[in-house]
Amino acid sequence: MKHIQVVISGKLQQTAKTGGCGSCQSSCQSACKTSCTVGNQACEK
Amino acid sequence: MQNITANELAKIHWFAVPDGFLLLDINSGSVLRIDEDTANCLERLQAGEQPLADDAEILAELAELKQQGLLFSDDAYQDKYEPPAPVLKSLCLNVCHDCDLRCRYCFASTGSFGGKRARMSFEVGAAALDYLLEHSGKRRFLEVDFFGGEPLLNINVVKQLVAYGREREKEYGKTLRFTFTTNCVGLTPEISAWAEAENVSVVLSHDGRPEVHDRQRVFANDKGSYQLVTEHIKQFLAQNSRGNAIVRGTYTAFNKDFCEDIKHWLDLGFPRLSMEPAVELDGERCLHESDLPQLKEEYWKLAKLFEQRRVDGQPFEFFHFKLDLKHGPCLPKRLTGCGAGYEYLVVTPEGELYPCHQFVGREGFKMGDLADGITEHGQKLSEQFRQAHVYNKKSCRVCWARFFCSGGCHANAELFHHDIMQPYELGCQISQMRLECAIWLAVKEVEQCS
Ligand code: SF4
Ligand code: SF4
Repeated sequence: MKHIQVVISGKLQQTAKTGGCGSCQSSCQSACKTSCTVGNQACEK
Repeated sequence: MQNITANELAKIHWFAVPDGFLLLDINSGSVLRIDEDTANCLERLQAGEQPLADDAEILAELAELKQQGLLFSDDAYQDKYEPPAPVLKSLCLNVCHDCDLRCRYCFASTGSFGGKRARMSFEVGAAALDYLLEHSGKRRFLEVDFFGGEPLLNINVVKQLVAYGREREKEYGKTLRFTFTTNCVGLTPEISAWAEAENVSVVLSHDGRPEVHDRQRVFANDKGSYQLVTEHIKQFLAQNSRGNAIVRGTYTAFNKDFCEDIKHWLDLGFPRLSMEPAVELDGERCLHESDLPQLKEEYWKLAKLFEQRRVDGQPFEFFHFKLDLKHGPCLPKRLTGCGAGYEYLVVTPEGELYPCHQFVGREGFKMGDLADGITEHGQKLSEQFRQAHVYNKKSCRVCWARFFCSGGCHANAELFHHDIMQPYELGCQISQMRLECAIWLAVKEVEQCS
């Protein structure tokens, strides 16, 4: 393609079925805490 | 010529980065590099204009990518989302409502949370751990954060509780992960060695350059804590071979050039970092909408520094730039966010339960206590928090960042709008600008690897 290049092909929608085990860390976003953006959490699976 | 509908445009987000333009397909998480012509074409369509004749090639490429399922993907839930059952997985123990610093921006009223200064007893702490183990259903990994005030002022109880937890977790076949968040004033070599031996993660508070740190993080006599705290952190990190400690700071209107504070940390040899905006309603430290252009510039400065150091083989970690676009968390996780009020609770020294550490002492947010459990009012609150997810919040539903941010901080929303359903806008804008930097950095990493 001339104008567009795929860098990452995501499949986030599929994880609606496969995910949700809840093993991962909880993630506070406030200034006073560990404060992680959810998107940067590691998956425990 | 094919065209793109407004509905499709709402499913993507494109933005400028230092070396061009990126496009995020919101629902799939795909990221594409687009050229300037494509960005301009999308801008025109967004403005309701008709595509130019020259746009045909671009539109054909977009259509092809749609065919491949990489663009304009649909939302997996589309209004059918039901948040997970309220099962506890993490507890914050406010082991000490007191502090040996008087940081000027402290949300906890310098440790007391607006109430009396108090310390948690071992009995209350042990009952809290039992409560977590009992109410965590099938969850295997549970988190416990010792918080305050300053938890090290009650370190003996903290140590006893870690030992108690290590015993009890076996009976339940679960794993407790402990963390403490400290101002580092009382961080002795002995405590550092204990944390290392017990695999306790640590969040070390420090604000960066001496003048910045000492302006906010002062002792009761108004003297700055920089020198002492910096020595303690160095000493701690020298023993921390596990790499489970992070230095975190808070920036205010006084140091909107916080990239300089991060450089200062790097000079000190601190490798894992986080820097957060202070959230205040008003006053001289308060950040305003008019600061956003400068903050945006600052985050980009930081992103470029991050990239440069990575290329030079001297990488560092910055929490908000740690974005794994390929193997990030699943969609359900991205929708639950912090889980305050139903997956995460805080326990006060007296054993009272609140939705999270920021709600402690806020009128109407007490959910119950360890002795009698969650009250009827607490159950209603829990349900309100559970339902405060991105699909139910008007601004989040249409926000491109929703699957990364997962709806922002309820405590900030409540502070600014008295409504957990209405996110704090300045926080949203900061999250969005950080995310654009993080996505660019993730793209750079992928490109370097291939
Ligand atoms: S409501 Fe805010 S402060 Fe409380 S746990 Fe959630 S993100 Fe953190
Ligand atoms: S950035 Fe704001 S509007 Fe967007 S998802 Fe987060 S809280 Fe909601």
